[in-house]
Amino acid sequence: MTEKHIDEVSGVSTTGHEWDGIRELDNPMPRWWLWTFYATVIWAIGYTVAYPAWPLLTSATRGVLDYSSRGEVKQELAAASAAQEKYIAAIKAKSVDEIEADGSLRDFATAAGAATFRVNCVQCHGSGAQGSPGFPNLNDDEWLWGGSADQIHKTIVHGIRFVDDPDTRTSEMPAFAEMLNPGQIGDVSAYVASLSGPVSDPAKVEPGAKVFADNCAACHGANAKGNRDLGAPDLTDAIWLYGSGERAIAQQVRAPKNGVMPAWGARLGDVKVKELAVYVHSLGGGE
Amino acid sequence: MRYGAEIAWMSLATFLALLGAGFAADAPFRAHMWVLFAVLAIGTIVLLRNVSFEPEQPVDQSAYMDGPIRYGAIATVFWAVVGLLVGVVIALQLAFPDLNLEPWFNFGRMRPLHTSAVIFAFGGNALIATSFYVVQRTCRARLFGGNLAWYVFWGYQLFIVMAATGYLLGITQSREYAEPEWYIDLFLTVVWVAYLTVFLGTILKRKEPHIYVANWFYLSFIVTIAMLHVVNNLAVPASFVGSKSYSLFSGVQDALTQWWYGHNAVGFFLTAGFLGMMYYFIPKQVNRPVYSYRLSIIHFWSLIFMYIWAGPHHLHYTALPDWAQTLGMVFSIMLWMPSWGGMINGLMTLSGAWDKLRTDPIVRMMVTAVAFYGMATFEGPMMSIKAVNSLSHYTDWTIGHVHSGALGWNGLISFGAVYFMVPRLWNRERLYSVRMVNWHFWLATLGIVIYAASMWVSGIMQGLMWREYDEQGFLVYSFAESVAAMHPYYVMRAFGGALYLSGVVIMAWNIFMTIRGHQREEVPTTGTAPALQPAE
Repeated sequence: MTEKHIDEVSGVSTTGHEWDGIRELDNPMPRWWLWTFYATVIWAIGYTVAYPAWPLLTSATRGVLDYSSRGEVKQELAAASAAQEKYIAAIKAKSVDEIEADGSLRDFATAAGAATFRVNCVQCHGSGAQGSPGFPNLNDDEWLWGGSADQIHKTIVHGIRFVDDPDTRTSEMPAFAEMLNPGQIGDVSAYVASLSGPVSDPAKVEPGAKVFADNCAACHGANAKGNRDLGAPDLTDAIWLYGSGERAIAQQVRAPKNGVMPAWGARLGDVKVKELAVYVHSLGGGE
Repeated sequence: MRYGAEIAWMSLATFLALLGAGFAADAPFRAHMWVLFAVLAIGTIVLLRNVSFEPEQPVDQSAYMDGPIRYGAIATVFWAVVGLLVGVVIALQLAFPDLNLEPWFNFGRMRPLHTSAVIFAFGGNALIATSFYVVQRTCRARLFGGNLAWYVFWGYQLFIVMAATGYLLGITQSREYAEPEWYIDLFLTVVWVAYLTVFLGTILKRKEPHIYVANWFYLSFIVTIAMLHVVNNLAVPASFVGSKSYSLFSGVQDALTQWWYGHNAVGFFLTAGFLGMMYYFIPKQVNRPVYSYRLSIIHFWSLIFMYIWAGPHHLHYTALPDWAQTLGMVFSIMLWMPSWGGMINGLMTLSGAWDKLRTDPIVRMMVTAVAFYGMATFEGPMMSIKAVNSLSHYTDWTIGHVHSGALGWNGLISFGAVYFMVPRLWNRERLYSVRMVNWHFWLATLGIVIYAASMWVSGIMQGLMWREYDEQGFLVYSFAESVAAMHPYYVMRAFGGALYLSGVVIMAWNIFMTIRGHQREEVPTTGTAPALQPAE
């Protein structure tokens, strides 16, 4: 224990302790610090009176405001659904076309469908509905199964090649690796590519056209414009679901991918799929 | 005989590791036991090569035991480089997901590696080394327990290596900041009890009549961490030779236990322990008395009493009952002034020596640390308010908050302590280079500012995007859109982290050269004030 002494710089007395040369001044606690501390304590006591706070044996104090976070959520949700109630009822009662004909109802359904789309659809179709390899872009003019509001609605409700839904849209492009030889596959790929752009070897186009007429025209049509009843895509535009170019086309001819989309009718319910159909129809290429 | 008993114990442990590998119930445990076997076998060989049959020299009981502190200082710098490097890597992984290298180096395994490496490896070594340094000098007593301090040092390093390799192998109990599985937890418990024994024993045999305030903080940290560690990790192993265990808690009780632990790891590891550091090294470096003894008593007791209640604020708006959320929030608010007591005592200790901020980069580093401590301990209570939390929770704002605390407060105060200790521990006249300390200071400060600012912007943006409704009452953004919007801030964050890391690399070189006994020829930073010019 060393003697207390007065610090030369501050003029304050030390406490008389010293450790390894460290001394302590005997300053009081700053008043603003102490009063702010008291203020937070008083505020805390007040808050615990107002809100649920103190645990008792089997329950806890409820607070004079009778607040509960579950109650708050319930109220907010009730207010939100009350605000939407009349729209929801109208959507329930009307068909997709009727909804689109009614201006304010269409605006509501579009906003609602967009929200549902962001949660359920963006994983495959992208947050701008721009699609990705294997998942169609919904902004362009090409529709595999039809682009009217009603056809879009049916696709969303029942899905595509979704085995759990008996009304699902279905078709299956066969694997031509077992039916055509590699030369024929190369030719027909060149022909298909030639419909929308230049090809590597123009000599293949003509024999390819014959292979096409014999094997592919049944579904894709003699003019290769596709057939929506079968989900057979138009091959004359430059829009490709599984990649562009002769190699990608040949791959699809040999061992086709047949994409699957789940049926959303049972999962999301009548109102939400109608809203989704209105939203998707509102994107670029609705018909 | 030197190392006789140690070799016997190490050999036994090595053999047990081999048995563990042989009888392992699952593949990760087998791999982990092989790691343990390799580490212990190398350790045993090193001991065997240094064995001596000379009669041991009697230890001078009046001298301080600085060996484990020297090793601890080196380990602190080493783990700082490792932990921060992993931090920069995971920051880049978030910005550029292709950098996830499966399976060992994906974000899920690297993130606990980062948090554990910086908190427990870097921070823990800094705390153990400085606490041994401070307790001896402020008690005027050699460390209690003879070679037990060495056991604490090496045991702690083994814990770090086992925890880190376990994460990369995919062994985790998925508890925030407590990811190591049951067998590593048990081992750490033994090491920690040894640490408590050394520290408390030294305090008990002190030659000073009073216990210095730094030691109160260190002791509260050691005792509370022991309690938190044991309770949070209560679990039943699925097999005694397996890497899987089941927690004793479930559901919301489990969540609360985890955040009671998690928040007080912040409170007692990163706050109380580092306040102990501050209370010794700031008065020593500025050579001024501590500002207020009374403030130190009141803020110490209020801090440790309040902190332990604040954990539920991590679980606002969850299944946790409202009353617990309320208590978590009000205790966090009340914690504001007790936390600031340490800041006031740190900053005001400079009164009469403020000029040193200009001349001494180590003081500048320590003072900036205290300033960041003050900012983080204001921000924390603010974020615990439920209304604020509903915006900030689950966003990058939280990440910005913890990093302004961890990089600003814990990092800078530890670097200051290392710069203070190393020349004294190795009897060097001064550091290799004081100018490099200045470089370190500015790189670190700039790095923190970039890091924290980008995370604030990104976090608040994220929170606002998640809650934005259109006039019809529907959410405006998808989650993926908020992720895409964060990309530029993630890149900036990685850049800030890289700046901070580069400062630490400079420190590592500086410390290495200091230990080697070199002194860089340079103009001293203690420039003179410009002469006053007569008015014209």
